[in-house]
Amino acid sequence: MNAEAVGRAVRRMAREILERARAAGDVDSLAMVGIRRGGIHLAERLRDEIGRAVGSPPPLGTLDIALYRDDLAARGVAPVVGPTDIRFRLEGRTIVLADDVLYTGRTVRAALDELVDFGRPRRVWLAVLVDRGGRELPIAADFAGAQLDVPQEEDVQVHWREAGAAEDAVVIRARRGS
Amino acid sequence: MIGRHRHLVGLEGLSREEILQVLDLATSMKEVLSRPVKKVPSLRGKTVVNLFFETSTRTRSSFEIAAKVLSADALNWTASASSVTKGETLLDTAKNLEAMRPDVLVVRHAASGAPNFLARHVACAVVSAGDGAHEHPSQGLLDCFTLRERLGALEGRTVAIVGDISHSRVARSDLHSLPKLGARVRLCGPPTMIPKGVEALGATVHHDLRSAVEGADAVVMLRIQHERIGDPLIPNTREYSKFWGLNARKAAEWLKPGAVILHPGPINRGVELSSDVADGPHSVILDQVQNGVAVRMAILYLLAGGSAEGPRPEKA
Repeated sequence: MNAEAVGRAVRRMAREILERARAAGDVDSLAMVGIRRGGIHLAERLRDEIGRAVGSPPPLGTLDIALYRDDLAARGVAPVVGPTDIRFRLEGRTIVLADDVLYTGRTVRAALDELVDFGRPRRVWLAVLVDRGGRELPIAADFAGAQLDVPQEEDVQVHWREAGAAEDAVVIRARRGS
Repeated sequence: MIGRHRHLVGLEGLSREEILQVLDLATSMKEVLSRPVKKVPSLRGKTVVNLFFETSTRTRSSFEIAAKVLSADALNWTASASSVTKGETLLDTAKNLEAMRPDVLVVRHAASGAPNFLARHVACAVVSAGDGAHEHPSQGLLDCFTLRERLGALEGRTVAIVGDISHSRVARSDLHSLPKLGARVRLCGPPTMIPKGVEALGATVHHDLRSAVEGADAVVMLRIQHERIGDPLIPNTREYSKFWGLNARKAAEWLKPGAVILHPGPINRGVELSSDVADGPHSVILDQVQNGVAVRMAILYLLAGGSAEGPRPEKA
């Protein structure tokens, strides 16, 4: 996907989220939560798109799931622990949980565990830029920018301008070391 | 692992980058302590044994809370209520505890080098919670963390450490960490309580309290370590307090407006610190206690299998 396709996908997702929120009467209670790190950029863009459409942007938080991973023992080495920052109450809100790529579902499982430790949202929707298949847990995206069937030996990388890329892009390439 | 280290027995062997690795991770850990649910599952199934041959309230509770917030199981083992009183050696005690397969052994011992000795003989990670007059690495790290939180980067900052430097493991750990972060250290105390040749560690020595604390960005006040002193090193505590203690008047006249006062605890009120200073606006003593939990969470996380740097895991 090139920059134009990414932009189109994000705008379409924002529209779909708003439609569903309107149907549920939940526009005022919407809030974005991005999963560090790639999910934050998607959450920010969705917030901006929704903010433009309804006049005021919904609140935005970030989750770092490093402390909720289930593979510390298996890996021996745990990932970088970054900050989690949620400054609004979750009670009664419709949370849009955002990540860049949905693969095994384990990151989302960890994010849900962490999210409910902050409070009890009314509902949680999952928005991802790319759903690449390969699920290992019963988790599905409510909103996906693209559905791809990517074999296990390949990696899906999302480059965001906010993270220093020259332009937005989704790239599929052979996994390092295989 | 903290950088290249599987154990944390002191800060002397830690590089600036390794110290910063712990401090940066502690910042993330501190956020966990402010959550509605102060518990994360990252060390589920890991066991932390607190092996304390010397009395402790703060440090032992702090390690215990740190372990529990990370969902590790914490076992407390104090020498006074153990087989040590029946003549068991340190190594036998440790070997027996090791047979229960802990992941981290937190040790406090009156003998300098005891954690080092254990690290060579047991399979799990060893963390020193203070050994004799050697080092108290987690305290040194939490002092750095608190100072960084209050003052920002420590480059070019001046920290005065006042009191019984000779017998203080906190002073030693501070001396092995603060200069690596760019701080200048001044040591101050009665001549009998300043070790000879300590300037080699990059500190300046003052025998006058005013010259030590004037212009300093932070002052670390230490307790007289009566339990480690044989012959008296000072005439009496009243005289000590007069020359080396900090009271409200001296603090108001000599300290910079934004200067902070630290103390590793326990405080001997009226000796090294008067109550109005210990509880006054300069004091960050209770911040130190709170930060201690975050810093110890970072230490346990890193030594029980975690890492705060290196590549991100592949996308899942």
